[in-house]
Amino acid sequence: MGRRLADLFHGRPRLQVGTLLAGPVGWLVIGYLGSLVIILITAFWGVNALSGELERNFTLDNFQTIVEEPVYRTIAGRTIAIAALVTVTDALLAFPIAFYMAKVASNRMKSVLVVAVLLPLWSSYLVKVYAWRTILSSGGILNEVLDPFGINGPGYGNVAVWLVMSYLWLPFMIIPIYAGLQRIPDSVISASEDLGASPWTTFRRVILPLAFPAVVAGSIFTFSLTLGDYITPALVSNNQFIGNVVYANIVNNQPLASAFVMVPVAVMIIYLLIARKLGAFEHL
Amino acid sequence: MRLSRRSQWFLRAGVGLTLAFIYIPLLVILIYAFNAGKTLSWPPDGLTLDWFGKAVDNSGARDAFVTSIKAATAATLIAIVLGTLASLAVSRFRFFGRETISFLVLIPIALPGIVTGLAINDTFTQILGVDLSLFTVIVGHATFCIVLVYNNVVARLRRVSTSLEEASADLGADPWQTFRRVTFPSMRTALVAGALLAFALSFDEIIVTRFTIGADLETLPIWIYNNLFRSNQLPIVNVVAVIVIVISVIPVYFANKLSQDVGGGGGRAGGAKPEPVAAESTAVP
Repeated sequence: MGRRLADLFHGRPRLQVGTLLAGPVGWLVIGYLGSLVIILITAFWGVNALSGELERNFTLDNFQTIVEEPVYRTIAGRTIAIAALVTVTDALLAFPIAFYMAKVASNRMKSVLVVAVLLPLWSSYLVKVYAWRTILSSGGILNEVLDPFGINGPGYGNVAVWLVMSYLWLPFMIIPIYAGLQRIPDSVISASEDLGASPWTTFRRVILPLAFPAVVAGSIFTFSLTLGDYITPALVSNNQFIGNVVYANIVNNQPLASAFVMVPVAVMIIYLLIARKLGAFEHL
Repeated sequence: MRLSRRSQWFLRAGVGLTLAFIYIPLLVILIYAFNAGKTLSWPPDGLTLDWFGKAVDNSGARDAFVTSIKAATAATLIAIVLGTLASLAVSRFRFFGRETISFLVLIPIALPGIVTGLAINDTFTQILGVDLSLFTVIVGHATFCIVLVYNNVVARLRRVSTSLEEASADLGADPWQTFRRVTFPSMRTALVAGALLAFALSFDEIIVTRFTIGADLETLPIWIYNNLFRSNQLPIVNVVAVIVIVISVIPVYFANKLSQDVGGGGGRAGGAKPEPVAAESTAVP
């Protein structure tokens, strides 16, 4: 049996590849991409106002609702604005530590720092949000620490969402920038220095342009993760984000949820196209 | 790079502050797990180990723990099979669309979590008429875990020369024998590393899980979420939170070790360039 099977595959690379790929490609293309197509279709369906039953007829109502109702516009705008803010914040926070790891630290220190950055990336997302919920709570540690200075913490709200998301996705920005800086040959930096550039000029004219695609690569994660998060807003604010609306509608109005989820999908597609133009894909 | 003493000092301070920013919240939760009081006000009223016992006795948390282990185990097994198959095809064959495979496995994790969650929910409940259950959770988790196994195994296979496999085939081994005796042993540690990461990711995922789980079921993160608004449950939530951190971090630590110890990268330029497994597959919770 085994022998016969082996004979069947022998000298037939196409059959071999086909057998290897049938499972994974079937799962991802038919299963996953197929269900993405299904939400796209569902977005053009309606829901009977009285019975709440799904109506499988083509309609643009959901998209009309999203565009015309100010509340949905506000929510989409808020989500995208926070995503942009978080991305910029993380890029600024990540660069110094990534630079230190890649170009200043000793090899030993380097591996220690990589682990130090990676471990929290993997430790429970929810627990980290929860930790911030306790830190930011009215009697929490932040208010206690700031109290002697007569300052109040931000409490729950948009500022908290921005802060917590910047915290959550920071390692996703550090790692690609670190990897990108690692790729810059030291000789290029030395050349700039030998030609008389100050460290600041070297940084601005040599390091930053070379590392920029890596920053864009990291920003894909910070942007996408922010657009998809509905737990953080629920735990540290009373504000609605795109994800909250989508989650709230999965039972009663799946077509509306599907239409609204097209906003982050469209934003991410545009973002990925720009990122590819900027050469970020080689740094993923 | 040549930096002045002052710039170096500033840079070190920045690194220290960033690490403090990353670790202080985790430390705070660790301290709260031992908090004698029941509120979250700072500082804690005293320290106790009582809540650990109460957390273990809590049947809701225990059931959720078992559900999480089941989901993570099943999702990891599926991801191992599909991720390995795809990585073998990509690294050992040339075919039309080869470059798209790496992109294809990445999509479920690169798109915002709500997209994947809604897509799976929609397909099962509206199109296939299947009720949400543990099964649908496993399908969702497996989908975004494939990339972790795939990336690790592909990275390894790229470094392992094909000449050993060719020798094996020349000596008369059939493809299966070659895989079992030559290819598999060289990729084993990468496979285990990828599987550990997949397990860790599945174990604490919540964004997609809430879209795909049956109404009467809870994974451990969902149990935490459902209980953290109930003030009398908070002490137990704190303990469970610490347990979740430990369970998700330990596999990652070992995955990292596995991919550094082995890898046959003896003479790589730059010598000690660390190649942590999770950096190769920068992935998303």
